[in-house]
Amino acid sequence: MAHELPYIAAIVEAIQLEMERDESVLYFGQNMATTENEPFVDAFGKDRVRVTPISETAEIGIAVGAALAGFRPVVELYMAEFMLVAMDQVLNEAPRFRGMSGGQVKVPIVLKAGYGFTAGWAGQHTGTLTGLFMGVPGLKVAVPSTAADAKGLMATAIRDDNPVVYLHHYLLTLEHGEVPDGEHLVPFGEAAVRREGSDVTLVGTGWTVDRALGAAERLAEEGIQAEVIDPRTIAPLDTRTILESVEKTGHLVLVDQATRHASVSTVIAGEVAEHGFGSLEAPIVQVTGLDATIPYSEPLEAYVLPDEDKVVAAVRGVLGTAPVTA
Amino acid sequence: MSSPQGVEKLEREHLVWIYHQMSRIREFEERVKRTFEDHPGVIRGHTHLADGAEASIVGSIATLGPDDQFFTTYRCHGYPIARGTDPNAMMAEIYGRRDGLCKGLGGSMHLTDVSNGFLGTSGIVGAGIPHATGAAWGAQIRGKGQVVLCFFGDGASKQGAFFESLNIASLWKLPIVYVMENNGYNVHTRTEQEDANRAAGDDLSMKAKAFSMPGVTIDGRDPLEVYEIVRAAVARARGGDGPTLVESQMYRLSAHGNIIAPPGVPLHFPEHEAIEKFGAPEEYEAAKQGDPVPAFRGRLVADGVLTGEEADAIAAEVREEMQAAVDFGLASPFPEVETALDHVYA
Repeated sequence: MAHELPYIAAIVEAIQLEMERDESVLYFGQNMATTENEPFVDAFGKDRVRVTPISETAEIGIAVGAALAGFRPVVELYMAEFMLVAMDQVLNEAPRFRGMSGGQVKVPIVLKAGYGFTAGWAGQHTGTLTGLFMGVPGLKVAVPSTAADAKGLMATAIRDDNPVVYLHHYLLTLEHGEVPDGEHLVPFGEAAVRREGSDVTLVGTGWTVDRALGAAERLAEEGIQAEVIDPRTIAPLDTRTILESVEKTGHLVLVDQATRHASVSTVIAGEVAEHGFGSLEAPIVQVTGLDATIPYSEPLEAYVLPDEDKVVAAVRGVLGTAPVTA
Repeated sequence: MSSPQGVEKLEREHLVWIYHQMSRIREFEERVKRTFEDHPGVIRGHTHLADGAEASIVGSIATLGPDDQFFTTYRCHGYPIARGTDPNAMMAEIYGRRDGLCKGLGGSMHLTDVSNGFLGTSGIVGAGIPHATGAAWGAQIRGKGQVVLCFFGDGASKQGAFFESLNIASLWKLPIVYVMENNGYNVHTRTEQEDANRAAGDDLSMKAKAFSMPGVTIDGRDPLEVYEIVRAAVARARGGDGPTLVESQMYRLSAHGNIIAPPGVPLHFPEHEAIEKFGAPEEYEAAKQGDPVPAFRGRLVADGVLTGEEADAIAAEVREEMQAAVDFGLASPFPEVETALDHVYA
């Protein structure tokens, strides 16, 4: 059975279910749990659900310490950029301790943060910072694009014994979707094929999955069948599903909100160029964010982001129905 | 000989235990240092020694009960020795060998011994302070009376991690004691050059006022003073009254670390910064006069706790123990190279 929920509520549902299931799960962050009648405080008490000062280094560092001591903390960070003031803890503490200790300890923390809020938030609250996290051995990175995955990936993140950066896309916050009732786990490292097709492979993550699907609908009207793949986690990254699709379609267009050299697209392009070159009938094309600080003004913001038009144009280019422009 | 583990009154066996542990730490560190000369190339990277800190380390660790936990800095060899970690495994770790405490994956700066409540070591200044604070939150939730000791240096007290963590610890009344080891230098910089309190002539423990927690400055070269003050702070934390900041003043008797050099250049320990950089050998000589290890030996002998022969016997036993640790480390093979990938993910 399933029920309809907004993406953000699906995340909350997963945290709630996991806290009911396992009393070692903690949930804390800024501007939460400030009154007795908040549902999480009411359900789990102020030992396990706490408000913190605006102290990201301590919040994430405390999560690492609590995890070393046997707990499973979920840190509510609100915006991915707020992790930037605590990058030592994210990139050079949490993922290092297991290895440096020779496997004596584990650091099961979830860093929950929204990203990509290109809705007039200008230069410092809109980043798609996925590339910062995905290349760090020891870290896992989840990027749900649907309400069901938002729930299932959060549940898996909390149960995972490793530090997980869980990035929920702000523009998807209120997108509704069918969400399985009760326990719902989405495995890490297994891409979802959102749409099957034989002519071209499109890969998107988070918000760009829907941009790719929208483009695929329009391309279908032209008789072009696009396959749309959503990796769902970018570390681990399911390159096999992408390579198998490219083997079938011979063409690859990557859609990513991040700036090009900090994007998941560039990593996927490298993997496919190395391991799937023989399948390619045309060069890979990446439709990424332009290399700019996200501007405030609406038409300028739109200009630097990928959209359906850019995806459609890129597909026409790689299929030879129009010059390559991306 | 046994650890006092928080007892009110120190018996003879406790005093001897403290001296024994101080001697073990000193001898271990001497052996690490000598390895650079006796076995060039065996120790790689950067190594930091605890000589001069023995009294503070042992006096602090002696207050812990069996279920308590602690976090340290990259200058981390002393604490596990006092806590009961096998020095053979520690030396093998510092030599990068298969039988190392962390299987050769961590080295000198990242010693970890979960079985003794030593939950992991960051090599980044100040980064371990929130880790200890988080473990203390865990202890508070668990509600079984565990306490966490958090060791860090005076330099770390200028990191944001310090301010953020102590604020939360005081706010949440966490069961933790912050032991700031002030050895007068942050790497090669003197404390008064980088600390506003010190520059104004104040003790660094006054930082505790900013967090409405008790702050106390002690002579970290006197293990009994350290024991008394840290024991009271641990009792306070265990009783639910929250954290304390202890500034333990001491003098680091070796340079910050071995020289930093690319491969091919033999590594060694340079002279202390007071001599090498500040041209103040008299400062260093004065500090040597206050060396806590011979000072405590002299005190125990003078007080009739130990005879000179008994003290010599302890020194001989410790030399033998740490020679064995060197031999063990050298005899241990390198790990299989594929184990580099064994513990990336849990």
